[in-house]
Amino acid sequence: MNLRPLSRAAFTFVSAALACTALSACSPNADSTASGHNGSETITVFAAASLTEPFAQIAENFEDENPALAVTMSFAGSADLATQIVEGAPADVFASANEAQMQSVVDAGLTAAPPVIFATNEPTIVVPADNPAAVSSFADLANPEVATVVCAPQVPCGAAELAVETATGVDVAPVSEESSVTDVLGKVTSGQADAGIVYVTDVARAGAAVIGIPIDGADAAVTSYPIASVTDADPGAQAFVDYVTSPAGQAVLADAGFGTP
Amino acid sequence: MTLMPDVKARVTGRRTSPARVAGYVPGWVLPIAILGALLVLVPLVAMGTRVDWANFGTLVSSPSALAAVGLSLRTSLAATVWCVLLGVPMAIVLARMDFPFKALARTLVLVPLVLPPVVGGLALLYAFGRRGLLGGAFSFLGIDIAFSTTAVVLAQTFVALPFMVLTLESALRAQGAAYEGVAATLGARRGYAFRTVTLPLMWPALVAGTVLCFARALGEFGATITFAGSLEGVTRTVPLEIYLQREVDPDAAVALSLLLIIIALVIVGFAYRRPSGRSER
Repeated sequence: MNLRPLSRAAFTFVSAALACTALSACSPNADSTASGHNGSETITVFAAASLTEPFAQIAENFEDENPALAVTMSFAGSADLATQIVEGAPADVFASANEAQMQSVVDAGLTAAPPVIFATNEPTIVVPADNPAAVSSFADLANPEVATVVCAPQVPCGAAELAVETATGVDVAPVSEESSVTDVLGKVTSGQADAGIVYVTDVARAGAAVIGIPIDGADAAVTSYPIASVTDADPGAQAFVDYVTSPAGQAVLADAGFGTP
Repeated sequence: MTLMPDVKARVTGRRTSPARVAGYVPGWVLPIAILGALLVLVPLVAMGTRVDWANFGTLVSSPSALAAVGLSLRTSLAATVWCVLLGVPMAIVLARMDFPFKALARTLVLVPLVLPPVVGGLALLYAFGRRGLLGGAFSFLGIDIAFSTTAVVLAQTFVALPFMVLTLESALRAQGAAYEGVAATLGARRGYAFRTVTLPLMWPALVAGTVLCFARALGEFGATITFAGSLEGVTRTVPLEIYLQREVDPDAAVALSLLLIIIALVIVGFAYRRPSGRSER
């Protein structure tokens, strides 16, 4: 007798849990039918994390000009996005922060058209706003007293930093080799590091907490951003790609600090 | 009548064999338990299917992998020692002493459990970072823990400590202070009663807490990458190495993940065999 209320409670809990699972499984379907009724087509854009601000702006402008099209964005590291697309994620457009990750999607036969370079970016020194170690050039980073944080050589921003070291002959001894440019920027904005190597656009979006110091010879490490529509994408996908490469899209990217290809 | 052995076991403090108590378990428990076990096992098996077995040895013995494993073991061990040194007194104070705002103190001590590790890392940064609350005092004393192995140990201790406090405190509270009371009436001084009565009684919980702390420290990622940085042999522990390798060499990342799982299993298995063996005797 004692067990009955307990097992009933357990049964209620289990059915509630199962009902939740079933409901959440249903909801995406419900969404897509709803947008279908509106007659609007949704384009899913997978874009590199460094494109977050300009692409949000570009998507807004694009939707204003094309009321029949809606854009949803997924921002993450290019390597993550490329993996997701290769594993079958429903992307219509892929905008990568480097050519290697785009190439892995091309190699998988998943691009609908050859990728187009739509922006460039280059490394720069970033220091806290008060520049505690009085850094003024890339050569200053060779001083072991300057706590410099860079990306690990395995990731694109680290490879770019190494290319600058090679081009300038300066040997930087970093105190930390981070996995992403965001982690480098975080160490500098918090004042934990005296200097970091990030991209020009990262300084633009970090605001007043940091200042950028241009590197002489950074042109040795310019990275190109390719964009392509994905196989079986909706026709609107190519329209979005064309918009990004149009003067209107290029203007938004230039405001965010990106270079033109 | 069937309750007799259990009651007898409770009175004499001896355990009933699992075969005998299994008869009291309601029927729905087992299927749900199996479902829960599958939730844990299936991802582990799935990871096993992605391992490049032919190159497993090479992948986990690369210089960077060895540096990461060595660093992880050293820092996790140091963090576990700190957890024992700090956590045991904390648990005893919470379980045995009365003071104002005790409930609040207990909640605060357990906060790192629910805090996303990245937030924990930020909190550590704001406390011990170069521009943190205590950063000025630290640099005045000539201590700079930024980007050092000390910062890794600090982050690991921060996230692991609640496991020690939680495990030990609940054991101490469940156990009560009756035996210590008896020891006191027999003339035992506090220190003697602690060594001869409290410590042996809380030993299984202490072992469990220590294992949990070590495991948590070994798996720590978010607070470390936020607070300590990532440099081979200095601050790049196995989880950070896995995160980095995932970008370039997924095979190496998977192999290292499996190695971490094996290390964790060995430690947990080893530590949990001892206390049950003791109580069965």
